[in-house]
Amino acid sequence: MTEKTFSLHGAGDMDTQTLEINIGPQHPSTHGVFRMNVVLDGETIVSLKPVMGYLHRNHEQIAENMSYTGSMPYTDRLDYFNSMSNNFGYAMAVEKLANIEVPERAHYIRIIMAELTRLVNHVSVIGFLLNDLGAFFTPVLYAFREREKILDIFEEVAGARMMCNYLRFGGVKYDLSPEVLARIAGILKKFPKFLEEFETLLTKNEILCMRCQNVGVLPAELAVSASVTGPMLRASGVNYDIRKADNYSLYERFKFRVPLGQKGDVYDRYYVRILEMRESLKILEQAVKEIPAGDIMSKKMVPFLKSPRNFKPPVGEAYARVEAPKGELGYYVVSDGTAQPWRYHVRAPSFINLTILEDLCIGQKVADAIIILGSVDIVLGELDR
Amino acid sequence: MAFSPNASQVDDGLKSELAKKGIVVTTLNQLYNWGRRSSIWPMQFGLACCAIEMIATACARYDIARFGAELFRPSPRQSDLMIVAGTVTKKMAPQVVRLYNQMAEPKYVITMGACSIAGGPFIDGYNVLRGIDRYIPIDVHLPGCPPRPEALLYGLMELQRKIDGQEIETTEWYQKGLKREYPIPDFGPHGLIPKFNPEVWNPRETENRKERYGEPILIGRKDKAPNLDLPPAPPRSAAPAPAAPPPEPAS
Repeated sequence: MTEKTFSLHGAGDMDTQTLEINIGPQHPSTHGVFRMNVVLDGETIVSLKPVMGYLHRNHEQIAENMSYTGSMPYTDRLDYFNSMSNNFGYAMAVEKLANIEVPERAHYIRIIMAELTRLVNHVSVIGFLLNDLGAFFTPVLYAFREREKILDIFEEVAGARMMCNYLRFGGVKYDLSPEVLARIAGILKKFPKFLEEFETLLTKNEILCMRCQNVGVLPAELAVSASVTGPMLRASGVNYDIRKADNYSLYERFKFRVPLGQKGDVYDRYYVRILEMRESLKILEQAVKEIPAGDIMSKKMVPFLKSPRNFKPPVGEAYARVEAPKGELGYYVVSDGTAQPWRYHVRAPSFINLTILEDLCIGQKVADAIIILGSVDIVLGELDR
Repeated sequence: MAFSPNASQVDDGLKSELAKKGIVVTTLNQLYNWGRRSSIWPMQFGLACCAIEMIATACARYDIARFGAELFRPSPRQSDLMIVAGTVTKKMAPQVVRLYNQMAEPKYVITMGACSIAGGPFIDGYNVLRGIDRYIPIDVHLPGCPPRPEALLYGLMELQRKIDGQEIETTEWYQKGLKREYPIPDFGPHGLIPKFNPEVWNPRETENRKERYGEPILIGRKDKAPNLDLPPAPPRSAAPAPAAPPPEPAS
């Protein structure tokens, strides 16, 4: 940890007192029920202690007491912006545990869904970040307009808007019809225009630049040593994307680049997300064009769709990770040969990315702490689990 | 709950005659309720997943502004409606009750989603409150996990119907001695103290869970940890290992 220094501006020899204030848990810009105990000197932050656990709903304990398939809908509720990515990670962990092959078409469908969720997540996060900056609700209106179009596709495919519960071990639940693929292709045509509109309003906006540049700088060494992942790590200039590093699923077949930031400030985190959306669009275009025909479930797993309690993986442990929109989302599952996992653990990116919040905020103004928190991109369902 | 229609006593024919001359006849109750139900200000207070659907309801496609409820206030002092959107954990429940106490009369509560009604999918969790109605009175329960934005709009319309049925003479907040501040539970080491507020909720006298739902299904027992050091068992359909080659005869 680096040593934190701060200076009082114009205090001279006067005695000043620090003020302890409490932001949250009911606060419009803490992104849920998150609380920060902040000690202020004037308007400068001296110390910041995050208080968590207001949404601790025992996800891991509940999952250890039900069948493997039974906790698939619970993973939707971890990071409730992108349920498909959460399903993806969990399905991969159990497939590793039980040695299940996934058909090629199912891999393609999974990648399409994971990249669509990335679009949903990044667009909403940028909306909320601007909400924290003071542009009250207007950017969210733009963002949610696009989000609804993608959620329509999820609804048509999986039957639910937010909590899709779509992936199964060894494949996916329902097939994609040609009409849905045509609709996805339609979204891909329109989305770049929306991104351009969004960027015209935001990227070179002077207020946004002044508020965001050189605020909350995260050095690359600190980011690596605190095991920060996802767009936050890449904004600091570290080239690490699990889609490239692990080549899980069929990501090696797709051509895309990993956008990197230079400084690691709030502006870089905003801009890396915009660029990532463009790369996601590239992956989606290739996937929609090349998706093969074939099965969507592995034959071995089809009987367990009707009787999930008979699914008993062999004794062993498995850890699988995916590049969720917020960072490395990992699932660790230990099987003891019964129908329930012996141990189930989630490595939540929001939780681990938040550990450096105090380092980012010390010495900044209290209004900047709000946007730093907004740029970290936390979701409380995943943070507290 | 039965809603009284709060109908006007004035003859309909006379009303339309007067309306032609630009005169509107109404009762004070109707006018008062029309004003109140068309400007319900919800509190900007999200707990979990349902809060995202609440935000989606406020956005362009569903547009809660059509019902006059678009002004989300971050402060409980300025809001009329609390939408409890998401899982209420035992750590958060004292804050929810405190926010309810801080709201000004008249105040209404909608529970959004299965979690805030009864614990929902997380009912088995040790840290999840089984329904916020144990501590505060609820006007509209809104099931779903999460409810769609249309469902929230429907819940809001139900609340408007309830407001339409209220009368100035008999409403609670104009009566003397109204006490709508409920005791805030303590978050102790073993959960909340007290476990419920008997003024608003009481446990069922007969426990008929077994008759209704049958015995709980236990699908496995966890007695000892698996030994992960053992080599993984060979797959069932593996071909038999090839027999060792016969030793070469010594020459």
